[in-house]
Amino acid sequence: MEIFKQLPKTNCKDCGQATCLAFAMALATSKISLDKCIHLTDAAREALDSAFAPPVALVKIGVGDKQVELGNETVLFRHDKRFEHPTAIAVSVSDSLSNDEIVAKVDAINNLVFDRVGNTYSVDLVAVDNCSNDAARFAEAVKVVANSTGLPLVIMSEDVVAAERALDVAAAGKPLLCGANVLNYAAMTALARKFEVPLVVKGAGLNELADIVEKVLALGWQQLILDSGARAVGQVLADQTQIRRQALKKFRPFGYPAIAFATNADPVQAVVDAGVYIAKYAGVVVVDSADPADILPLITLRLNIYTDPQKPLAVQSKVYEILNPGADSPVYVTTNFSLTYFCVAGDIESSRIPGYILPVDTDGTSVLTGWSAGKFTPEKITEMLNNSGIADRVSHRKVIIPGGVAVLSGKLQEVSGWEVLVGPRESAGIPSFVKQCWKQ
Amino acid sequence: MTVTIAKEKWAGKVVEMVIGQGPNAIKVGGENTLPFLRFEGEIPNEPVVALEVWDTEPPDWPDVLASAFDGVMGDPVAWAMRCVDYGADLVCLRLAGAHPDNKDASPAEAAATARAVAGAVNIPLMVIGCGIDEKDAEVLPAAGEALAGKNALLGCATINNYKAVTTACVLHGHSVIATSPLDINLAKQLNILINEMDLPINRIAMDPLVGALGYGIEYAYSIMERTRLGALTGDKMLAMPVVCFVGQETWKSREAKTADSDEWGAQAHRAVLWEVITATSLVQAGGSVLVLRHPESMKQLKNHITAMIKEAGGK
Repeated sequence: MEIFKQLPKTNCKDCGQATCLAFAMALATSKISLDKCIHLTDAAREALDSAFAPPVALVKIGVGDKQVELGNETVLFRHDKRFEHPTAIAVSVSDSLSNDEIVAKVDAINNLVFDRVGNTYSVDLVAVDNCSNDAARFAEAVKVVANSTGLPLVIMSEDVVAAERALDVAAAGKPLLCGANVLNYAAMTALARKFEVPLVVKGAGLNELADIVEKVLALGWQQLILDSGARAVGQVLADQTQIRRQALKKFRPFGYPAIAFATNADPVQAVVDAGVYIAKYAGVVVVDSADPADILPLITLRLNIYTDPQKPLAVQSKVYEILNPGADSPVYVTTNFSLTYFCVAGDIESSRIPGYILPVDTDGTSVLTGWSAGKFTPEKITEMLNNSGIADRVSHRKVIIPGGVAVLSGKLQEVSGWEVLVGPRESAGIPSFVKQCWKQ
Repeated sequence: MTVTIAKEKWAGKVVEMVIGQGPNAIKVGGENTLPFLRFEGEIPNEPVVALEVWDTEPPDWPDVLASAFDGVMGDPVAWAMRCVDYGADLVCLRLAGAHPDNKDASPAEAAATARAVAGAVNIPLMVIGCGIDEKDAEVLPAAGEALAGKNALLGCATINNYKAVTTACVLHGHSVIATSPLDINLAKQLNILINEMDLPINRIAMDPLVGALGYGIEYAYSIMERTRLGALTGDKMLAMPVVCFVGQETWKSREAKTADSDEWGAQAHRAVLWEVITATSLVQAGGSVLVLRHPESMKQLKNHITAMIKEAGGK
């Protein structure tokens, strides 16, 4: 009704809805956007806009297919709904390095691409750090980086002259400008507006941060990313928690994504700190290492934390080989829920007896969930046995099913013509089961 | 502009548990706030770290892990003393040899091992069975009797064998680890059943069967967050400290077991990070007792916890 009060109440149907009241209902459930009503007064539009604005604004860095989107977050805990936009991982490159060293490090960053559960994941940004304090050198380094990578950049300089010269070189790629502080915010905001790039706002603590954000907003720029100035992991956790909590309470200065810097002097602790920031609300995390052993765990943690709890990850439904199986190796049937699949795969591996896994497509549900939802049936298993090509790879006709769905065995044997062995209820029992029961 | 710090007023707290006896006892739990958020509550006890000791040589530990225990892996007493040297808060004795497919060690043998290890170290003990419910229902009571009065942490009690394990804890003065498979309702139900056998709630720890990084950690993470929120909002049957078997899961992962590669980097570094980041993420979700395998992981985890406690958010 609050929405309805702001509408023109003409029932003109221009929005595609039968009445203004119907339009208000559709708005309230996010089924339609406010733009559809072309007769709103400006005052009403502003009132409704702020009411419907997401608690954390959407901010974009870069252009094209490598563009990074941040924000639009709505919860403190992923189990309440989900985390929307995965933390962007930025790897820093110092402009104190030689050009050759810069190219080598950017090459290493470009190679940080990993295959996880059937998809590829990579780092998102290259942060060029103005350690030299020399504007000309910084602009040159930014140019070298921009020519070496397709990833969007972070322009890390609080010196306005250096930032402007870097933007002269790299603004077309819409880098993140990092950024504004209590002394330079007016000039930095002018730069961000001129080049239309997102801007990091840094305060010494939350109070100063809120102050500067208000001033930057008053200067007319709203593509912002927040930095409370904290660098010690415990303080960053506290500040990021506050920023997210305040945003959800619609405290306007904190309604933007946050950036965190993993600057710990101990290189292992720096990676560990970055992991905390990924779990705890950072929109961007900047790390120094381009070592794949450091980045793989961060990419994996980000994937896990930002998985939609309501949409489980699935593996592709096809024949998987564990430890180079042969024609006499056992064949295990399970579901394509990735957690289920990887449990089974791990336990087969630890049995040290090579085997085949057939994960039946159950829309990513687990064995018992898939079974009770009618997605893990004798017919679907038979289809997989017939169409996956497994029959050509093994000389026997025996298939092992999970102990939890032992009731399927009779019907499956009848429909498929394969001999059905009922395995253990838990995949951890596979090693002992297969040693005892798999005889050719 | 002064930002009014948003503080939650939590009604409940995690119960405090004592493990071990006398001057060497340690405490876990007791928090009335989310992990490390001291600006709105008290964190009387830091998370603690246990290292695993097996009663029989583990067959499949990668070299980067086994090399840390060179020369002691056939001798649980020497192994446990090495863990003390490394700075572990607790020793987690795993009675793997009791498994029917392993040595099928008898309850008497399990008791002798537990007694020998307890006699050799001055830090609290966890004693973990072989994972076969029926066998654990025999060996854990025997080990519990051998350690009578030591106030150890015995596990894992499941819905199938909790009666035998709980009885041993009640009779011999130990605390129990209650295991349930990634399900908050099952966990709560098991806590109630154990508590109804007259084991007080400050002698029950919860094991949500965590997955490692990349292998379902997000399920455990969310279950543990919900458990902590349950405790803070006053649900007594979710107010127990949480035990995470991090090492056991981490060292099954391909990322920990695969040798050096260009794509994944150096194994020793990668494997330790896999264990540490699994642990630190689960600490963020509310884990109180972290059971690890590699001493370097333990050192890094303890450094991280110290930094977190020292700096976290002032008051």
